[in-house]
Formats: sequence, structure tokens, C-alpha cells
Amino acid sequence: MTPRTAMLHGDTVFRIHWVLNTDRLLGVCHCGAEHEAEDPVELWDWLLAHPEGHEPRAESATPPPVRRLAGV
Amino acid sequence: MPTTPTFARNQWYVAAYSRELGRELFPRTILGEPIVFYRTENGDAVALADRCVHRRYPLSESRLEGDTIVCGYHGFTYDRAGSCVFVPGQSRIPRTARVASYPLVEQDSFVWVWIGDRDRADPGLIPRAPWLADPAYTTVSGMEPLRARYELLVDNLMDLSHETYLHGGYIGTPEVANTPITTEVDEENEVIYVSRHMADAECPSFYAKSTGIEGRITRWQDIEYHPPCLYLLHSRIAPVGVLPNDDGTDPDAFHVEVVYAITPETEHSTHDFWAVARDFALDDQEVSDFLAESNRTVVLQDVRALDVLEQVIQSEPDGYQELSVNIDTGGLAARRFLRRMVERAEPKAVARS
Repeated sequence: MTPRTAMLHGDTVFRIHWVLNTDRLLGVCHCGAEHEAEDPVELWDWLLAHPEGHEPRAESATPPPVRRLAGV
Repeated sequence: MPTTPTFARNQWYVAAYSRELGRELFPRTILGEPIVFYRTENGDAVALADRCVHRRYPLSESRLEGDTIVCGYHGFTYDRAGSCVFVPGQSRIPRTARVASYPLVEQDSFVWVWIGDRDRADPGLIPRAPWLADPAYTTVSGMEPLRARYELLVDNLMDLSHETYLHGGYIGTPEVANTPITTEVDEENEVIYVSRHMADAECPSFYAKSTGIEGRITRWQDIEYHPPCLYLLHSRIAPVGVLPNDDGTDPDAFHVEVVYAITPETEHSTHDFWAVARDFALDDQEVSDFLAESNRTVVLQDVRALDVLEQVIQSEPDGYQELSVNIDTGGLAARRFLRRMVERAEPKAVARS
């Protein structure tokens, strides 16, 4: 599996990955919960509803690489 | 009924390049506020409201006398802080005879102004684009007026898959529209990051010509958007398989930092500042000319499309139906932050509308 890109780090980062070779999007909440959808509007609604409907998954977190934001 | 504002006050915006300001009075409207800029005799940049308090004559149509502006209509004279220091025909200066002055910071080749409550202007909040003033980079830049609302430019820049269609032959290649994207949103710092990492891509002519790379490339395009104004596109080009070192250094790649400053002029027009900084071929004027011409062409293609879109949107009733698909994930996040910033600055106006 291709490693998931993670360029931002912080305690409140939401991520949405476009799943390779599909039309689906994978949302990963900062709490670790994940959800797949085809519609970005639906996925944002799910992410922003945190913690409602979020079941944390301990093994899902990818440690982000060290990269300093240029624009801060 | 007041209408909901569409742009956020209490934010820093790029008003000009530092090079644009001198001893001439320089007018520019930012978020609907007419502002006049100039430099004092010792070179400090000044931003004042561009209307005389007396009869609203534009101060930009007036003249500088030392560090003061003498209104070109009746001679009201203002110092660099906006205080009136001379009123014609009387010695008493009314207490209210002053024009607003704007907090201003020159940084990274830009002139930033704070639009909003003066006491909330914190220069530490200004996002950085350090390449533009870094001798290790060569930069070309410009500004194009856009007759469209700034949100359309944000939408446009947040989704680079339009490159393939609107800018085919310049910066678009087939892989750009067909590479998975990761969108990240930092809620606390209000930053949006959209990564598109192509491991094995065709080298577009735009880059083949300027880097001299032959053959296929590893191409990364990372958008870093600091709403509302500053948009950075970190572009990394390297021969296939060449990655940055573990310590973060990246000596075998070519870096192009594309910077946009998206500054609303009015509700329906935008200042579209663009700059391209590179860390290779630093003294090659031909490369500079090529990058400047190519990027300006790309910007003008966007301007033409967005000007048309603005006319279409204005002619339609509010609440038109849109369709959002995968490529819009970052754009949707940007819209949400912008809406939040507008509401934070204007809670009463939003509540009433």
C-alpha cells in the first residue's frame, strides 16, 4: 500500500486522501477515526461532526514526516 | 437589509509590491476601501484613506509636500499618520479632521495592509513567502486585475486539475488530473495543504526548458493556502526516483515556489498578484523571461475564464446549484475557512442578513 501523505502536523489536522485507482475519498479525523465516501461534501460533514460518529482506530495514525511550514 | 459581506476584515492583505511605492501618490482599493500609498522622504511606506475629510476629494489626485499630502481641491494637509495639520482660511483645526491610516508591513517583497480594527493588527500573523526576497532564489512577478470576485480565484487555485484543460501545453500534463491528492486542513492554524505527488510523470515544457531535465520526472505539487490572502505552490521537480534526504535537504531537485496573493478589490474584482521564485539558473535571463511569460500567460488564461464566470454568476439568481466532486475537496475547505473568517469579523452583519 502506498504510504499516506501527511505534510501537516498538529493536534487538529483533518486529512482526506483520494484513494488510488478509485473514485472514493478516505477521511481521517485528528482523533484517528476514518470514513470513506464518494462525495467530498458528505465527507467534510462527517469530519466536522467530530466527535459524533467517530470511532477512534489506534492503528491508523501515520506519523507525519518533519517538515516545516514555509508560510508561518 | 444589509447584505452579508463576502470578504473578511481583520486580516492582512497584500496591497502592492514594495517596488510599486515611491514618492508618487499611489491609489489602490482594498476590500472596497480606497487607499493612497506613498513613501516618506526617509523611505517609510504610508497608507492613508484616499478621501479628504472635507469634500471627499481623492488624496491620490493631490500632491506630496515633504511627508505631507496637500489636498488637490482646497489644500487640507495631512501628515503621515493621517492627522490634518493645515486647514485653509482658518487657524483652528477641527478635532475630526483626520483620515484613517492603515497598519502596514513590508515583508517578502510585498506591502501588507491590515484591513479592520487597528488595535487588532498583529504583524506576527502575516504568513511568509520568504523566497521572494531571498538571494538564493530568482523571482519574476506581476499583478493582473481580475474582474471577478476573489472566491473564484481561490476555487481556481485550490484545484490544480484544471491545469490539464485550461492550461494544456503550458503547465498541464495528463498526470496532473490523474494523480491522487491528499488534502489536509489544520483547524487551529487555519492552513490548507493539498499534496499531489507524482512519482513518474511527463516533464511539461514549462519545466523541461527551464531546468534542462530530459526524460520523465518525479513531480510534487504542494499547495499551502493561508486564507484569506496568501497561496503558495511548492513545486518540486527531480529525475524519477530522486527524493529529498532524510534531513530535509534536497540538493538534487529543482524547486519552484509559485506565490499568489489574492486581494479583494471590491465584491466583484480582485488583485491577482503572482510571483515565481526558483533556486536554479539564477542568472539566466532567458529562463527568467520564459518563466515570466509562461506564468503570465497562465494567469491571463485564468483571468479570462474567471471574468466570464463572474458575469455568468452575476446574471443568475442566488443559490444556484453546483456539483462538487473529488477534486473540490480542498476548495470546499477553503470556502469554509473564508466563511468562518467573514463571520468572525462581522458577526452582527451575518446574523442580520
